[in-house]
Amino acid sequence: MGEAIVVTSGKGGVGKTTTTGNIGTALALMEKKVCLIDTDIGLRNLDVVMGLENRIIYDIVDVIKGSCKLKQALIKDKRFDYLALLPAAQTSDKTALTPEGMKKIIAELKQEYDYIIIDCPAGIEQGFQNAIAGADRAIVVTTPEKSSVRDADRIVGLLEQEEMDPPNLVINRIRSHMMKSGEMLDIDEIVQVLSIDLIGIVVDDEAVIKASNDGEPVALKSNSKASVAYRNIARRILGENVPLQSLEDEKGVLQRLKKFIGMRT
Amino acid sequence: MQEKRQLITIKGTRDGFSLFIDDSCTFDTALKELKEKIAAARPNKEDPMVAVTVKTGDRYLDEVQKTQLKEIISEENRFTIQAIESDVIRKADALQWKEESEIKAVNRTIRSGQVLEVTGDLLLIGDINPGGKVVSTGNIYIMGNLYGIAHAGSGMDQNAFIAASFMKPSQLRIADYISRAPDYESSGVYMECALIDKNEDKIIIDRLKRLSHKRDHLSSFERRMKNG
Ligand SMILES: Nc1ncnc2c1ncn2[C@@H]1O[C@H](COP(=O)(O)OP(=O)(O)OP(=O)(O)O)[C@@H](O)[C@H]1O
Ligand SMILES: [Mg+2]
Repeated sequence: MGEAIVVTSGKGGVGKTTTTGNIGTALALMEKKVCLIDTDIGLRNLDVVMGLENRIIYDIVDVIKGSCKLKQALIKDKRFDYLALLPAAQTSDKTALTPEGMKKIIAELKQEYDYIIIDCPAGIEQGFQNAIAGADRAIVVTTPEKSSVRDADRIVGLLEQEEMDPPNLVINRIRSHMMKSGEMLDIDEIVQVLSIDLIGIVVDDEAVIKASNDGEPVALKSNSKASVAYRNIARRILGENVPLQSLEDEKGVLQRLKKFIGMRT
Repeated sequence: MQEKRQLITIKGTRDGFSLFIDDSCTFDTALKELKEKIAAARPNKEDPMVAVTVKTGDRYLDEVQKTQLKEIISEENRFTIQAIESDVIRKADALQWKEESEIKAVNRTIRSGQVLEVTGDLLLIGDINPGGKVVSTGNIYIMGNLYGIAHAGSGMDQNAFIAASFMKPSQLRIADYISRAPDYESSGVYMECALIDKNEDKIIIDRLKRLSHKRDHLSSFERRMKNG
């Protein structure tokens, strides 16, 4: 039986799709069977980030409407046998997707896959409700910006009302020099306000943008900081106790991060 | 023949006049005697106005009966009613009173977009995050960080206050007073309380220690026992 994890944030553009694609890829690298679901109907991106957009024939709305079987809509990844994507619909009616429909699809996927990673649209409307409906746990993504943390807090509040394990936090697009100078919220502050467990920090890394343009998730490349960060998040999802490494040049932060990791186990 | 007992008695006290109404006779009998007593006093327009506190002992007066009283102890008879005090209250009133003066303890984080409303005093063990809000009809005690909005004395209780381990609020409200954070980045304060300063006519923030000087009746219950 697999586990379904929704990646959500409230605020748009903070890195949900990037996180979904990379965590999925990293889990596949560790020989897990993974299925990604894009629930951002009308603004699908995950297929592009994964470099799979040319292969889409059916999408999630086709599955819901019964125009095709779930298996027919799944796109097999170029690189891994057991990495699949269920793409969002680009044009069709948004209202076709329902929480019940999502639950059914996820229940079916859980028979076959170890992890189902769900990319959530921005906002707290119906799209959010659909995305979280079948999830067992959530990863909340935020950037070190006030407005993003505020929205993440709102999301955590909503997730707490669901029957779900407490969410985990990913802080994305960290620029260590800005944190040092106090121009960005620091990790301590963010974790203290949100009071949920930190599962990863990802620096702002040009390699992410380049990789996304190439349709090759950065997690596949061993040399970038963001890549290591995503692979570490995957290891933590599997229950490994990995210290957060990304800001190694900052000793103080590293110490504090160890403290957070300690709290998790 | 049985000696006639006084049903209505008036006593001068330190706080003015108290008018006692015997609580063992019927209300109509008491009213009749009250009318006679006042008529006998034959007050006229030039007499000074006498303010009385009516004490009804173990008798409960409903609104109709209170109106009847007010008609007799009226201005044209050179009397005014300061207060009507009874030693008994209705069960429903007592329950409401209890509700309003209880401390509600809540242990959670109030996150952005969430609102926690309570009747009575609120003891929050947890933070109020930016964008979160708590409202209480009484005092608010926060064992945690106040970053959002706290509104104490929401039922127009200007004596209510807000105390917190740490506060850097976006807004403080007490009764109908509002104060908001300055536009520049400020640092926040530890172990302080916010309350209305009657002289300055605004919300001020002071050290928790000073609270005892400014509010002699901490709990809503004590305030109600004193002020009704
Ligand atoms: N760690 C990072 N370093 C650099 N760029 C990043 C990083 N994470 C995300 N980005 C870039 O930020 C942009 C937004 O990312 P992404 O599409 O993943 O966000 P999203 O939360 O899914 O957005 P939406 O709410 O629109 O769905 C993309 O251009 C992506 O390449
Ligand atoms: Mg996205």
